[in-house]
Amino acid sequence: MTTSERAVEGHTIETNLHPRPKLRKSKPCYSDWFWGYLMIAPTMIGLGIFYLWPTIQTIYFSFTKWGAFGNHSWIGLENYKRLFHDPVTLEAFKNTLIFVVITVPVGIAISIIVAVLLNQKIKGLTVYRTLYFLPVVTMPAAVAMVWRWLYNSDYGLINQFLSFFSISGPRWITDPNIALYSVIIVAIWSTIGYNMVIILSGLQGIPTTYYEAATIDGAGPFVKFFKITLPMLSPVIFFVTIMSLISAFQVFDLILMMIGPNNNAIEESQTLVYLFYHAAFVVNDKGYGAAIAVVLLIIILIITAVQLKLQKKWVHYE
Amino acid sequence: MKKLCLILVSVFLLCLVSACSNSESGSGSSKVTLRYGIWDKNQKPAMQKIVDEFQKKHPEINVKIEVTPYDQYWTKLETAATGKSLPDVFWMNGPNFIKYSSNDMLMPINNLTKKDKVNLGNYPKALVNLYTFKGKTYGIPKDFDTIGLFYNKKLFDEAHIPYPDETWDWDKLKAAAKKLTNKEKGVWGIAARMENQAGFYNTIYQNGGYVISDDKKKSGYDQPETIGGLKFWIDMIKDGSSPTQAQMTETTPSALFESGKVAMIYDGSWMQIEYEQNEYTKDKVDVAPLPKGKKKANIIHGLANVVAANTQHKKEAQEFLAFLGSKKASLIQAKSGTVIPAYNGTQKLWVKSNPNVNLQVFIDSAKYAVPLPSSKNTSKWWDDETKILNKAWGLEIPVDEAAKTLAKKMNKDLAEEH
Repeated sequence: MTTSERAVEGHTIETNLHPRPKLRKSKPCYSDWFWGYLMIAPTMIGLGIFYLWPTIQTIYFSFTKWGAFGNHSWIGLENYKRLFHDPVTLEAFKNTLIFVVITVPVGIAISIIVAVLLNQKIKGLTVYRTLYFLPVVTMPAAVAMVWRWLYNSDYGLINQFLSFFSISGPRWITDPNIALYSVIIVAIWSTIGYNMVIILSGLQGIPTTYYEAATIDGAGPFVKFFKITLPMLSPVIFFVTIMSLISAFQVFDLILMMIGPNNNAIEESQTLVYLFYHAAFVVNDKGYGAAIAVVLLIIILIITAVQLKLQKKWVHYE
Repeated sequence: MKKLCLILVSVFLLCLVSACSNSESGSGSSKVTLRYGIWDKNQKPAMQKIVDEFQKKHPEINVKIEVTPYDQYWTKLETAATGKSLPDVFWMNGPNFIKYSSNDMLMPINNLTKKDKVNLGNYPKALVNLYTFKGKTYGIPKDFDTIGLFYNKKLFDEAHIPYPDETWDWDKLKAAAKKLTNKEKGVWGIAARMENQAGFYNTIYQNGGYVISDDKKKSGYDQPETIGGLKFWIDMIKDGSSPTQAQMTETTPSALFESGKVAMIYDGSWMQIEYEQNEYTKDKVDVAPLPKGKKKANIIHGLANVVAANTQHKKEAQEFLAFLGSKKASLIQAKSGTVIPAYNGTQKLWVKSNPNVNLQVFIDSAKYAVPLPSSKNTSKWWDDETKILNKAWGLEIPVDEAAKTLAKKMNKDLAEEH
């Protein structure tokens, strides 16, 4: 049965689309198709099991209430109603927005400046590049611990340094008005390296002929930067922006390690993902946690979609 | 049709790969391998010694110790329980016990006691009761801990204050804390930290209050005696004899004590090994009983070893459990000095494990101790405690207001448990 079926299929394809010699076409077509799928199978199966299926499950769980050890019951939209009436969640939403709105633009602006500076021929270039890239290969937990000590208001280096100028430094990580911004500084510091490397590769892809032409026309370094470098970099900047936005929305480790649950500043600095962690794994309210995760997913989806639309306005491809 | 065929092929391939790896690990030896889940790396050497001792008698049983840091232990354990892959034998604590036993995750030990492999009379009664749910006992007590007043002898000498002893009460402690405080040197008398088991639970019961009613249905935080137990600490933050809540968040109270910035700290018996091994505190630290309030009280808590209900090696796991509860195992623990062993009569060896510190204090405190309060979903109201009492400790809201808010929240949580 299968052989006749296959023959019929092969036949229709040949006659309708590609009128070519019979035997040569039908076999390779089938096996190309087969091998193609087999090659991507490991990745696709992995994606399906570890990404797609959990996502679907999370969406389902967001409509349930959880007891101990995976017992759950359907409660409809209850979690979402609670989410939008909970002042703590709204505060976390605000904190996340502040975090994103500051870290992404400032982080990218600094990364571009650093990348342009490190694109010149200066002594010790690789040393500088390594130094800037170092935070990227350091574990976030280690980064957070070191910064915690730097920020320590009684014994930390930063406030010691400030005291030389008789400034009494703030309580960096326990003052509710400042804690979030202290984390933002660390977040920017630790993302510069990654963004810089990508932007640097973009810079090196710009043909020198443009600059030579501009020099002949008498353009100064600033004009060159804004008229050539920035537009030519725009696809790279677009990529970096999307990636930074997504990771900024998901900030969690820095908040947990630097602020922590026993800190009175936690409510003023916790983000949505921190709140998700707390609901799902500390108080075992996994249904509510799932609802937070779904809302975050929707926010990131919308913002990424808007960006894809807007890119036509400002991203120049060669 | 083609698609289906393809899926089948890939599934088959996948099975082949996993089957290979499975048979490899399975057929490697005829030995049974038990997984033993613990959370304290300080205790791993002692646990390994117990395992080695056990394997001398039972060479056919292999025991693999799995250490998970306490912060992740319960998250991991619950995930494992949900996925039916709990370790065969593991550590259990009081706050989580009811949750696990009421959901049939643990194996009762009555057949061990019937066969006289284990005699529950060998362990402190309070601990056996802690691990008994609806008439069935599920765990064998492993160790216990009580709370003591750790102090820095050097700072006491410098301030010319006699060391604390069993005659101390709350007023004496407060006066001493004030005298020991030296703003110029950056030294505080005491660390009034926001900590339940080693902190305010003790003073609540010393003041005649309670945290949770005996039937586990009502919070005690709206009782004036309970609030008095909280005020004890906050008063000392207010008068400057303790660092502020923010300071203790940035630098942990233990770190302050270990660097001579704080003269006194309430801490559990489990911390003595830490203070004993610390370069600074090792020759300066000693322990006294907790100063009494209206009466003497102390929080006792102990771990138990339990067997997972769905273990695949029931016989071997119970054999190992019985050995963990034996006198021999308790003596190995005692010698290591890490925790107080639960087996009656072996505690003396623990007291001798560190002659520099008056460890007898912890054993004596057990006589008037109260078990650590717990219920079915303890972590829920512990989280409320942290959130709400933190604000009182940070002097953002008055204690009475915080305690009453907490009582309401906790009553709501307790109502949801039933």
